[in-house]
Amino acid sequence: MASTSGEAPLRSEHDIVLARQLVRKLSQELSFSLVDQTKMVTAASELARNALIYGRGGTMHWEIISREVSRGLKLVFADEGPGIPNMDLAMTDGWTSGNGLGMGLTGAKRLVNDFSIDSKVGAGTRVSITRWK
Amino acid sequence: MGEFLLVTIQVDMHDQLALKLQDDLSNAVQKNASRGVLIDISTLEMVDSFIGRMVADISGMSRILGAETVLVGMQPAVAITLVELGLALPGVSTALNVERGMALLRRKIDGVDADGIN
Repeated sequence: MASTSGEAPLRSEHDIVLARQLVRKLSQELSFSLVDQTKMVTAASELARNALIYGRGGTMHWEIISREVSRGLKLVFADEGPGIPNMDLAMTDGWTSGNGLGMGLTGAKRLVNDFSIDSKVGAGTRVSITRWK
Repeated sequence: MGEFLLVTIQVDMHDQLALKLQDDLSNAVQKNASRGVLIDISTLEMVDSFIGRMVADISGMSRILGAETVLVGMQPAVAITLVELGLALPGVSTALNVERGMALLRRKIDGVDADGIN
């Protein structure tokens, strides 16, 4: 593998498509099963869209990480948008502050092994997800 | 295809393209007085909540315009992911492939006619 980390912009809808394709490629390089590839790509698509729509654009940082004998793919979606004032509400299935289905954050969490979110009102939101091989 | 519209989605769509498809399709249903819409997603490697909502919306709009919708060809990995994501696509009829989808559409439409609803 040429590099083990990188960053992709999330500034347009086309960037979401490119982010999906990048995550697919990285998941394949890590020999994830087809189901795990699909889960990671779908989670990335939800979080990339959140960063674009609610965060007014941001970045997706990716990294191939190791833990003992296993390897995993870690993605961090960061934006400098308005932040999430009520995290409990944001992490409720079906709740949305926009026009979505309200499944993005909670759904993405279910699709990965590790999930963490950090948001400050007025400063932005960072969502980190990892899927292990 | 006669009274049915067949839509095959073959590209990884960005969101605006998905919305345009939804728009074009409801116009086509009206223009052709279609009775059924078959959406083939067998080449799609991912369905997220946006695409899922688009499919559900197409199904709802088509029903109001007098057409039944059947979604066909979903890959198993996509189905597993969709359910875990929390999207069970209520109100959307599905079938394994185009052939079975056509048969399902036919039964739905014949059923409606036989009941004298339409």
